Amino acid sequence: MRLAPLSLLALSVLLAACGEEPASVANLDFQKDLQTQLIKAKPGSVIEIPAGTYQLDRSLSLKVSGVTIRGAGMDETILSFKGQKSGAEGLLVDASDFTIEDIAFEDTKGDSLKVVGGKNIIIRRVRTEWTNGPASENGAYGIYPVQTENTLIDGVVAIGASDAGIYVGQSRNVVVRNSRAERNVAGIEIENTIGADVYDNIATGNTGGVLVFNMPNLPQAGRVTRVFRNRIEGNNHPNFGHKGTPVASVPAGSGVVINSNDEVEVFDNDIGEHKTANVIISSYFSTGYTDLSTAENFDPYPEGIHIHGNRFGPAGDSPDHLELKALKISQFGMSGRLPDILWDGYINLDILVDGKLPADRAICINNGEAGMINVDGPNNYQNISTEMADYRCSLPPLPAVKLASAEAGQGA
Amino acid sequence: MRRLLLGVLLLLAGCEQPPAPLYMPDGDNYPEKLSEWGMLQRADGFIALITEALPYDLNTPLFTDYAHKLRSVWMPVGASAHYGEAHFDYPLGTVLSKTFYYPKDAQGRLLLNEQDDRDPQRGLELARVQLIETRILLKQQHGWVALPYVWDEQQLEASLEWAGASRDVRLLDAQGQTQLVTYQVPDANQCAGCHEERAGQGLNPLGPKARHLNKDFTYAEGAHNQLQHWQQQGRLQGLPADLQGVPHNALWPAPRPTESLEQQARSYLDANCSHCHNPTGPGRTSGLLLDPATTIGIRYGLCKQPVAAGKGSGDRRVDIHPGQPDKSVLMFRVESADPSVMMPELGRSIVHTEGVEVLHRWITSLAGDC
Repeated sequence: MRLAPLSLLALSVLLAACGEEPASVANLDFQKDLQTQLIKAKPGSVIEIPAGTYQLDRSLSLKVSGVTIRGAGMDETILSFKGQKSGAEGLLVDASDFTIEDIAFEDTKGDSLKVVGGKNIIIRRVRTEWTNGPASENGAYGIYPVQTENTLIDGVVAIGASDAGIYVGQSRNVVVRNSRAERNVAGIEIENTIGADVYDNIATGNTGGVLVFNMPNLPQAGRVTRVFRNRIEGNNHPNFGHKGTPVASVPAGSGVVINSNDEVEVFDNDIGEHKTANVIISSYFSTGYTDLSTAENFDPYPEGIHIHGNRFGPAGDSPDHLELKALKISQFGMSGRLPDILWDGYINLDILVDGKLPADRAICINNGEAGMINVDGPNNYQNISTEMADYRCSLPPLPAVKLASAEAGQGA
Repeated sequence: MRRLLLGVLLLLAGCEQPPAPLYMPDGDNYPEKLSEWGMLQRADGFIALITEALPYDLNTPLFTDYAHKLRSVWMPVGASAHYGEAHFDYPLGTVLSKTFYYPKDAQGRLLLNEQDDRDPQRGLELARVQLIETRILLKQQHGWVALPYVWDEQQLEASLEWAGASRDVRLLDAQGQTQLVTYQVPDANQCAGCHEERAGQGLNPLGPKARHLNKDFTYAEGAHNQLQHWQQQGRLQGLPADLQGVPHNALWPAPRPTESLEQQARSYLDANCSHCHNPTGPGRTSGLLLDPATTIGIRYGLCKQPVAAGKGSGDRRVDIHPGQPDKSVLMFRVESADPSVMMPELGRSIVHTEGVEVLHRWITSLAGDC
C-alpha cells in the first residue's frame, strides 16, 4: 500500500502529453464537455452556454449545489435532443441553490428539465418544447420540479408535453409566474404541493389550462394554492395523455381543474373559450379509480375551494366525455351551455355539520353571475343541480407564497 | 514517440507484477488510467484480479445488456468490513472494481449468454472476451466515489471517462440471432444516480450486501460461501454464526429448490429497481417502493395508479394488476427499450427477456383484482 503511484502517474502524464491528448481533445464534443463541466462544477460555478443549437444524444445531469447554468436566450441557446439514445430526461438536477436561465430544451425523449429534491431553485426564461407539436409520443413533462422547496418558475415557455408543460410535484413554497404553457395536455399542473402561487401566466391551447391535483400514495398531500391574474383561454386540445396518468381524465376544454386538493383560491383570472367548463372541481373518484388504489389516509375530496372575481368568457357549449355531452343536452338543450363551473358533487359525508360542510372546508363561489352545476357523481348523475344558494360564500384569502428570489426578481 | 509509447504499453501489458493496490483515503487526483489502481493483472493471455482482492458475485444481479461482470473488493491490509443486515460498513480506502465484458467466440463474435466464463485460477482469457468498462467505487473520508474507466480496443488499458461513453455492440445469442446493443457507460453522475440509494446521504455499494453475497462462489481453492470466506480471510467482522439468520435473495438464473416464484420476482425487483424505488431513493417521488422491506400491497404497486409516469404508463391504469401482466405498468416498462419509457432508466438498451419472463409469471400468479 502507498499513497500515490508516482512513477505510473508520471507515465500517464507522459502518455497524455505526447500520444493520446490530441486525439481525446478532438473527441471532446459539446455533450461530453458540458457533462464534464456539470460533474466537476463547484458551488458558485456558472456554466455559460453560448448561442447556438447543440445536438445531444444522452441526458445531462447535475448533482452539485450552488450552480448556475446560463444560456444566451431561450431562442438563442438551444439544446436539441432529437434522436436521444439514453436517459429519461434532458437535464436531471439533484441539487440545491440551482439557477437555470435563458436556454431551451427541445425534443427530449422523456422529460425536459427535471429537478428532484433541491431547495432554492430558480428556473427562469427557459423554453421546453417538442417541435413537432402536440403528440402522444412526446416526453411527459417540460419544466418538472419534484419534491423541491422554495422554487421560482419565471418567464418560462412550455410547449407540446404529452402530460404537463409546467409540472410542480410534491413541493413546498413555489411560484409560477409570467410563463406561457401552450399545446400540452395540462398547461400548468400543481400536484401534491403545499403553498403555490400561480399568477400572470398564459395557458392556452392545452387540454386543460391550470390543474391543481392531489394524488394518493405519496408522502405529502397538497394544499394552499392560489391561481390568480392568469389568462387561461381556449384550452380545447383533444386529450393526448396516456391512461393511468392523472391528466388522462381531464376533459378537453377545461380551464382550471381542481382535483382532490384542498385550500385552493382561484381569483382575478381571465378564463374563457372552454368547450367543457371554465372551472372543474372534482374528487379522486371521478378519475375512475376505486378505494383499492389509495392508501387509507388519502383525502379524495376537494375542500376549502374559493372561486371569486374571475372574468369568465364563453364556455360549456360542447363538453368532452359522453356523459357530460348527454348531460348538457338533457339539461340545457342542443344550443345551450353548461355553467362556468362544474363540480362532480362528491363530499365527505363524515365531516358534515347539520348536513353542510364546515365553513373552512366548503366550496365557495363568489363570482358574480357565474353558475355552478353539481352533476351528482355519487348518485350516477341522478340529482343534477344548479342551485347556488349553498355555495354562495367566501373564504378568507390564502397567504401569499414568500420567496426571497421572487421578491427580488432575481437569483439569490 | 508513438513507437516508444507503444513499446512502453506493451511492456506494461507483459508485466507480471501490477503496481501495488492504490490506497487513496482522501484527495481527488484520481488515476486517469485503470492500471494505476493495481486491481487487475495479466499473464499468459489472461486478465485476472490480483490475489489481494476478493472476487465475488451476486445471487440475482442487476441486468446490464447481458454484460458479464468480474467483481472484486479490496481492503487495505489488516482492515475489514463490518457486517450489517442492510449494509456492510467498509473500511476507508476500500476499492470495489467491476469489469463489464462480453464473451467472444473463436470467430471474434460477441455472445449473449448468462454463463459464468471465468476461470477460477487464471481469470478471463483475453482472446475470448471483449472488455468494455471497469467501474471503481472507492471509499474515501467524505464518502464513496464512483469512477468509470473505458477500455481501449486492444484491451491494454482503460481510461477514466467522467462523462461516460457509448459503444455499439452486436451480440449473438444461442439461437444464432443477433441483438444490437448501444452499450452506455454511465457518466459519474449517472453512477451516483443509482448508487445514491438514500437521497442526500452519498453513494453506497449496491451489490456487496449480505442478501446479495450470501451464496457459494468458486474460488481458486474451491467453492465456499462468500460471507464465510470473507470472514475466514479476515475481511468481515460480525457475521452471525448461524447463516440461517442472514438474508439471501433467490439465485439467478436458476433458483434454489426452496425459492418460490415470489422470492425470485422480488429478488429481481430488488436488484434492478430498489436502489431507486425505496422510501428515500430517487424513485420515491413515484410512491412505488420495490425494496425488500416493503410488503406486497399498494406501495409495492398492487393496484396503484402511477403518479408521473407520462407515456411510461403505456395506457395501463395500475403498476401491478394481479393476474394481468398485460394490464400492469410495471411490465410495460420492463418490456420497453425506449429511454423515456423503460425501467430501469439507465443501464440497459435492450430488454432482459428472462427477467421479463419471471415477472410475467409472478404477476400472472397473483390473485385478486383492482
